Amino acid sequence: MAATKSRGRSHVKCKVCRGPAAVEVRRHNAAFCPEHFISHFRSQVARAIHEFKMFEPADRLLVAVSGGKDSLALWDVLLDLGYDTAGFYLGLGIGGYSDRSRDACISFADGRGAKLIVRSLSEEHGYSVPTLARLSGRVPCSGCGLNKRYEFNRAALEEGYEVLVTGHNLDDEVATLFGNVLHWNTDMLGRQAPVLEERVIGSETALVRKVKPLVRVAERETAAYAVLRGIDYIVEECPLVEGNTQHRYKEAITLIEESSPGTKQQMYFGFLKRAAHRFAEESEAVELVACSSCGSPTIVAEDGNPRCSFCKMKARTERARAGRRREQEAGGSNRGAQGAERGGKE
Amino acid sequence: MKVKLRNPDRVVEVDGPLAVSDLLGRLDIVPEAVLVIRSGTLLLRGESLSDEDEVEVRPVLSGGT
Repeated sequence: MAATKSRGRSHVKCKVCRGPAAVEVRRHNAAFCPEHFISHFRSQVARAIHEFKMFEPADRLLVAVSGGKDSLALWDVLLDLGYDTAGFYLGLGIGGYSDRSRDACISFADGRGAKLIVRSLSEEHGYSVPTLARLSGRVPCSGCGLNKRYEFNRAALEEGYEVLVTGHNLDDEVATLFGNVLHWNTDMLGRQAPVLEERVIGSETALVRKVKPLVRVAERETAAYAVLRGIDYIVEECPLVEGNTQHRYKEAITLIEESSPGTKQQMYFGFLKRAAHRFAEESEAVELVACSSCGSPTIVAEDGNPRCSFCKMKARTERARAGRRREQEAGGSNRGAQGAERGGKE
Repeated sequence: MKVKLRNPDRVVEVDGPLAVSDLLGRLDIVPEAVLVIRSGTLLLRGESLSDEDEVEVRPVLSGGT
């Protein structure tokens, strides 16, 4: 990065036009003015799409949007690159946060004249992420992730989209890789890739092709792109994210990146180039069958009744809800009986 | 200067003048984890901030995927 100093102010220059820079990309040892940063960002996304053969111009893309910077920045780039896209927003029922997230997506789609499909967990399944966490006794992020994966795929299949596009960026992928290595989740390592191919059971598509065009850009870059493009994204963090493991990993990796720019890129692309194939072979060997309840792919069950993770989760939730209802009814009738007894004594 | 912090939203006063990197150091914030914005403009680490400035320190790391 070229820099001069005058009157105590740093004047870093744009790598392309030599004008005043607005964004430094330290891992590339480069800085850009707003106009050329936007061009750089778009070219990195386009490069990932081509390098990993994510999709073709004729493909219909469903972009999972949350109202945050990554998914809206991605959708913005795909629209500018001329791809055939629709956004998909899934309401998670996390109070005002979900309302504001949905509104950000609607506002973006309206502003760009783009199609947005909106669904919610409460309308589709009768629960929210907080309810799910309460009933299951598990951390909210676990149920949230499972529901999003399931509903994104279902929406793509039902609405006729060939490719599901998500806003996972370099930081997301490195944090996931870091976690998978820390715990040696070799099965997960085998499935960590910028492209997850379509899975077919019989002659039917069971899982649509999933792609991550932001893997070449860091989270700080998607935020800078969104600000420079005037995208009104949700800055507030999900109120349920407190203590989220993925977030802690990101903080640790960001500390390393701060002192050694380029570490994230080396870790992720080094993994893709030199290690991913060793784990992918193991993953691909797993036979998939249709869930006996919903038809989604799942692993073979010893009892001959394969159930996918989503259907198991939903069944557990319904049992927990029925159990609570019975407890409440029993409590209510006990209180009623006690009240009648007390009344009798008075 | 007035410094707007996020999650939760709050404003703190910091004495200027000082560089963006020094401001972040004083607030114990890792520069890679945030954008610093003044009047809608992104600031680099070496930019000077005056006592009259109003800036936002916006986190860029989001949780869960």
